Amino acid sequence: MAETQIPEELAYTAEDEWARREDGQVVVGITDYAQQQLGDVVHIVFPEVGAAVTKGEPFGEIESVKAVVDLYAPIGGNVCAVNDDLDGAFEKINEDPYGAGWIIAIEPDEPAELDSLMDATAYAKHVAERES
Amino acid sequence: MSSAPGSVESLGHATRGLAWEEPLLFERGRPGRKGVDLDPLDVPEVDPKQLLGEAAVREEIPELPELSEVDVIRHFTRLSTWNYAVDLGLYPLGSCTMKYNPRLNEKVARLPGFAEIHPLQPPEQSQGILELMVRLEEALAEISGLDRVSLQPAAGAQGELAGIMMIRAYHEQRGDPRKKVLIPDSAHGTNPASAALNDFECVPIPSGADGVLHPESVAEVMGPDVAGLMLTNPNTLGLFEEHIVRICEIVHEQGGLVYGDGANLNALMGRSRPGDMGIDVMHFNLHKTFSTPHGGGGPGAGPVGVKNILAPYLPIPVARRDGDRFALDYEFPHSIGRLHGSFGNVGMLVRAWAYVRSLGRDGLRQCSDMAVLNANYLLARLRERWHVPYDRPVMHECVLSDKLLEDCKVTTLDVAKRLIDYGYHPPTIYFPLVVHGALMIEPTESESLEGLDRFAEALLSIEREAREDPDVVRSAPHRTPRSRLDETRAARKPILRWQPS
Amino acid sequence: MRFIPHTEDEVQAMLEAIGASSVDDLFRCIPEKLHLERELDLPLGAGEQTVLSELSALAKRNTDASGHDWFLGAGTYPHFSPAVIDTVASRSEFLTAYTPYQPEMSQGTLQTIFEWQTMTAGLTGMEVSNASMYDGASATAEAALMALRITRRNKVVVAAGLHPHYRDVLATYLSGLGCELVEGERAGDGRSAPVDGLIDGDTACVIVQQPNFFGCLEDVVGWAETAHAAGALLVASVAEALSLALLTPPGEQGADVVCGEAQSFGLPMGFGGPHLGFLAARQSHVRQMPGRLAGETVDGEGRRGFVLTLSTREQHIRRERATSNICTNQGLCLLMATVYLALHGRHGLRALAEANLAKAEYAKARVRETPGLSLPFSAPTFNEFVVGLPGPAAEALGRALDAGAVGGLDLSAYAPDLGDALLVCTTERASRQAIDRLVAALAGGAR
Repeated sequence: MAETQIPEELAYTAEDEWARREDGQVVVGITDYAQQQLGDVVHIVFPEVGAAVTKGEPFGEIESVKAVVDLYAPIGGNVCAVNDDLDGAFEKINEDPYGAGWIIAIEPDEPAELDSLMDATAYAKHVAERES
Repeated sequence: MSSAPGSVESLGHATRGLAWEEPLLFERGRPGRKGVDLDPLDVPEVDPKQLLGEAAVREEIPELPELSEVDVIRHFTRLSTWNYAVDLGLYPLGSCTMKYNPRLNEKVARLPGFAEIHPLQPPEQSQGILELMVRLEEALAEISGLDRVSLQPAAGAQGELAGIMMIRAYHEQRGDPRKKVLIPDSAHGTNPASAALNDFECVPIPSGADGVLHPESVAEVMGPDVAGLMLTNPNTLGLFEEHIVRICEIVHEQGGLVYGDGANLNALMGRSRPGDMGIDVMHFNLHKTFSTPHGGGGPGAGPVGVKNILAPYLPIPVARRDGDRFALDYEFPHSIGRLHGSFGNVGMLVRAWAYVRSLGRDGLRQCSDMAVLNANYLLARLRERWHVPYDRPVMHECVLSDKLLEDCKVTTLDVAKRLIDYGYHPPTIYFPLVVHGALMIEPTESESLEGLDRFAEALLSIEREAREDPDVVRSAPHRTPRSRLDETRAARKPILRWQPS
Repeated sequence: MRFIPHTEDEVQAMLEAIGASSVDDLFRCIPEKLHLERELDLPLGAGEQTVLSELSALAKRNTDASGHDWFLGAGTYPHFSPAVIDTVASRSEFLTAYTPYQPEMSQGTLQTIFEWQTMTAGLTGMEVSNASMYDGASATAEAALMALRITRRNKVVVAAGLHPHYRDVLATYLSGLGCELVEGERAGDGRSAPVDGLIDGDTACVIVQQPNFFGCLEDVVGWAETAHAAGALLVASVAEALSLALLTPPGEQGADVVCGEAQSFGLPMGFGGPHLGFLAARQSHVRQMPGRLAGETVDGEGRRGFVLTLSTREQHIRRERATSNICTNQGLCLLMATVYLALHGRHGLRALAEANLAKAEYAKARVRETPGLSLPFSAPTFNEFVVGLPGPAAEALGRALDAGAVGGLDLSAYAPDLGDALLVCTTERASRQAIDRLVAALAGGAR
């Protein structure tokens, strides 16, 4: 397995999404480990801006050439932004999963829900368990 | 052959030859050129715009080329040389049964009495083809141990759809509609897709550590809301489901039915019959087991066979005997309906019947015997140097993995591409999903001992290359007119047609 | 057995390498009680000469178009097929290859699919086409499923003129999903009557066939407006693909999906199959399309090549959430149609379509002037039309057969309200003399 980046400051889901608080919103993307597993990302099915999402439920899909997986909401709320810049430039997810490769932003109903996600240490352990 | 022993050339007999770059049809030709001379019109000419109105008549179609007959035949003949095919060599795609396609089949399918007949002509004008269909139905029923067969489904996937629809209709008819279908984790992707077309929820069942399904795992998920179980036997690991009788009992005890995916019937003919195992309904892949050509991806044919309890649900019409005549039978009270505009891919049925007649009861059994012998022989030749995830006697196919090549950072995909350089089509790769980096190899009965030996040597040679010179494997293929194609680019910005400038 | 190369010695050597004592030994993994302890109840195998003679005898018991004038169409058309088509389709490299899983050794098949997709898009007036479906009926059913996915609605409305077998197949496919299927009525002129009253907010698509089952040309523009007004898609189904060379394509008339049957492009009638379904759509709906798609890309050296693409729509990846359970396409049929279209080209195909139209107009004129025969429908037609008869259709067909012709389709089972009527098709293969003979035979003694 190649080195995977797991930034300290983010929260993580078991399905390999990360979440970051930013001005009252929660920005969501997939982890470095997830993009390595998927390979080159070729398409994303985004939710509509304004759509309601539920913690732990799928909000969209992400595709590589050979696989498609659901994207799970790390927190409940409404979608307040989707990353339009990815359209036609999905390689950003592979190149910069925690930065330019962000996928959506959510206006959370209960910001405290984020605390129930994994921290970087727990997520690193979660990744290691699946690799062994 | 003058190539050095052990060289790439010596193992697959692939060498270099001329290959011609061939542009798209639309980039060839000249205005005014034509490839047909139509007969002069023997009736008065009409003006379409006057007759049908200006708006109803189209302008020129820029996507159609202007070519002579010579241009056209050269174009397609050149394109053909960029394909690999069974007629060029071993084509070991697992679960696809790429056996030899006898040319007699092609000849008989082109007889005007089969090729130039119409599905809506009355039965008295089509007694010959109806008799052929009845005989094929009867032969498939006998080979599978089932009671009735409908030849209508146009492909295995459609036969499977028919089967699962019958299971749904059966439960509904009994006032006991059910919601779930059980599918082993080694199943082909069409199984869940067909179940979903019937609004069934798919419940996966894990295979055991020995690669087969165990009665306990089925019992655990089987219940009164389960319509049935879909399984493939031998399964996609090439292993016979040895607990199948007990598994079918468990499903039947709770009122469920068992669907058999017939993809791997080539292992069983004359040896064992799905109907005797407890299977209630299965499809046949005539393009696999019964030698009809794969045609670059179809047309196939996927007849569906059933036990008597499901016969009332068969897709209509079904050909049947009517005294010494042959007729089309629409009298199936609970039929799921029609699946094809006519009677299915009849041209493939003609070929399959020619095959059944050519082999007969003796040849069909010999065919399965040699298919199983070939797979086990390859496994015996390869098991020392290749990882065999389920190392036990197989039936008509065997599965290897790339596990032992991990250190050299060579993957199954690399091995597949390197096999091309040796002149072979690669096996089915990355399937079944239960094996990481699977290579699923089905040699079929068509391959001779020396052919199998060369193929085994090629895989052993690639295994050595992976250790000694991994780059040559990772960057393969080197000998094809195109090197590895960029599938990511194709999917990110799809170009699905040529555009007129 | 001539297809199996093994000699006795080789079998022994192989068994030894495996460590098995006999071939029976290889089947030990099958539980004892499942061994078939008898021979299959089938004849022994036979050599090529015997098999050919048996099958030839069966073939001779069918009435075929090589020895008859042929006016029976209704979804399967008796067109002429140039020799080049069968020559190309017989090439081993096309015939005995499988789905192009390995693009580096399947460029022949992939480029052909790309060419087919291009020409189909052009013919239908759509942006993208897939790599073909089983037949026109299942392509129409798949188009409806696609509309259900796109609109997330549950009802399909079909115009009366849809081929009854297409409608039946559609009903079968929809039954599994619990979707509603409603059908309009036929108008007096042979077209489909408007279905405004049947369309509602849950209607995913309206399906109209062009030309319709009775050969009549529908007002596709009007149908598209009706469908779109309710937020539904318009699916145009084309059973006689040659009409696309002459008529304004449904894609230019507002259709969202154009599907149908391309058997007319060089495929034998073959008792109804294998034929060639097609399906074309707008680029914006491409990810909801069923079936294989070939796309252009480059190899490691930047050279153009083709691959199967957007595979994540398909069953082998998306499994129960796939856009269809279809695994392959009708590869060889697609090849034949692509060769046919390449040969006829831009002008040949149009000239052929105009010839079909002219033959039908000539035949209709003869019918019109013949006592006892009539043209019950006034709507314009392409190469197929309904003829009213002086007596039972079965008798008229009997007279036609005596005169050497398979005269058309007896409509009594399909449209009993028309009384004694036949659906008659005239392709380029129908000579003027053959048409004259048919008209006389159908009229019989009614003069």
